[in-house]
Amino acid sequence: MIEIRNVYKSFGPLEVLKGVNLSVEKGEVVSVIGGSGSGKSTLLTCINGLEPINSGTILVDGVEVHAKTTDLNLLRRKIGIVFQQFNAFPHLTVLENVTLAPRKVLGMSKAAAEEIAVKQLTHVGLADKLSVYPGRLSGGQQQRMAIARALAMSPAYVLFDEVTSALDPQLVGEVLDTLKLLANEGMTMICVTHEMSFARDVSDRVAFFHKGVLAEIAPPDQFFSAPQHPETREFLSNIR
Amino acid sequence: MFDTALTLSDLMFLIKGAGMTLAVTFFAVTGGTLLGLLFGVLRAQISVWAALPLIFVLDVFRSVPLLIQLVLANAFQAIAGLNMPPFATSCIVLALYTSAYCTEIVRGAIDAVPTVTRRAARSLGLSWGQDMRYIVFPMALRVALPSWIGLTLGVMKDSALVLWLGLIELLRSGQILVTRLQEPMFILMVVGAIYFLMSFPIARLGGQLEKRWREND
Ligand SMILES: Nc1ncnc2c1ncn2[C@@H]1O[C@H](COP(=O)(O)OP(=O)(O)O)[C@@H](O)[C@H]1O
Ligand SMILES: [Mg+2]
Repeated sequence: MIEIRNVYKSFGPLEVLKGVNLSVEKGEVVSVIGGSGSGKSTLLTCINGLEPINSGTILVDGVEVHAKTTDLNLLRRKIGIVFQQFNAFPHLTVLENVTLAPRKVLGMSKAAAEEIAVKQLTHVGLADKLSVYPGRLSGGQQQRMAIARALAMSPAYVLFDEVTSALDPQLVGEVLDTLKLLANEGMTMICVTHEMSFARDVSDRVAFFHKGVLAEIAPPDQFFSAPQHPETREFLSNIR
Repeated sequence: MFDTALTLSDLMFLIKGAGMTLAVTFFAVTGGTLLGLLFGVLRAQISVWAALPLIFVLDVFRSVPLLIQLVLANAFQAIAGLNMPPFATSCIVLALYTSAYCTEIVRGAIDAVPTVTRRAARSLGLSWGQDMRYIVFPMALRVALPSWIGLTLGVMKDSALVLWLGLIELLRSGQILVTRLQEPMFILMVVGAIYFLMSFPIARLGGQLEKRWREND
């Protein structure tokens, strides 16, 4: 379970998170929507400790992420994250991209890591790209590789940060299909997204990020048909 | 076809000089690169303010003419009674000079690795050291190599200045022969050709590596 309690976070004078609260249960899929520059990416990078926070607490399975004593390298094994920007390791083949962490972080043998990697790459439809370098992949393929790379660590949670935003429109579908597949398999996911149909069809709850807080969190039916906050209504009306 | 007083033993004299040039260059580049790696990683890691003393010292090494550095260092080591042979003094000064440039190359190459790539690596649970070793260094190496090759070739030529400390390297050997044989054109051509022969493999090695890496993109 991920518990975010009253989290504040600033970059210098710019206060980005102003008391964020959110709990995500095992097996849940939560979509986060909101204007760009509102702090959605920042929230995700705080969850796995890439960014420090100013106050509040984030607990992952009861472990306080920002406590001095927390071994972040250990904690991060169970929190996968896929970024908006392409982030393949360009000097490694697709297979090596995916086996690196299982080998170096989990200490798996090459054979064992490759077995897992091939399984995950097959899962995201890249079984025929194992020995290709990422530079030769399309944007959609790179994002699917990044998903396989995160999954190869068998994370308990995966955070997706607008993984389709940098893609050409015709490539969005294949990546969203991969996300749906994972959601249906019961993966616990927090998805920052602009894809409203994805948020509606796949999520257990949808959260609206506005002015540094999660202004509204509700199941998709209620969120899209009867939003409580005026800001949510306005945001949704601008999107449609 | 060509009349010259240059004998085989004169040629051996030049080749011995070339050996000195290679030795000085080797120690300078090896030492300078190791220090440059250390300083470059430090520079990429700590804030500008914390790095200020280092930046200042390295800027001195980069801006004061190498000849002045060599002569002053030699004078200081004599005053301090260190009794260092000119070869050691030369290698140390050239290594520091090289490290000043190498630091910038390393820092620039590390900074060229996109933040999101490093974040992706750390998110997978890789430690700082593993990120450096498996992601940052290999990626940075591709960026740094052309500049590093250029630096190495530059140091090989700059190393001629150690003749001021009395070392008989390639250029000095050439001078000696010019004075004795009075055939400046021919001898300088031979010396130039030897410099070229020493540089060429290094430049080619860099070209080969770059080509191999480019094929992956
Ligand atoms: N490392 C950083 N340093 C300074 N400001 C940052 C940094 N990262 C993000 N910001 C700022 O924080 C705000 C929120 O950014 P972000 O979390 O990326 O928003 P979103 O993902 O919702 O578009 C933006 O104004 C952005 O410019
Ligand atoms: Mg963002």
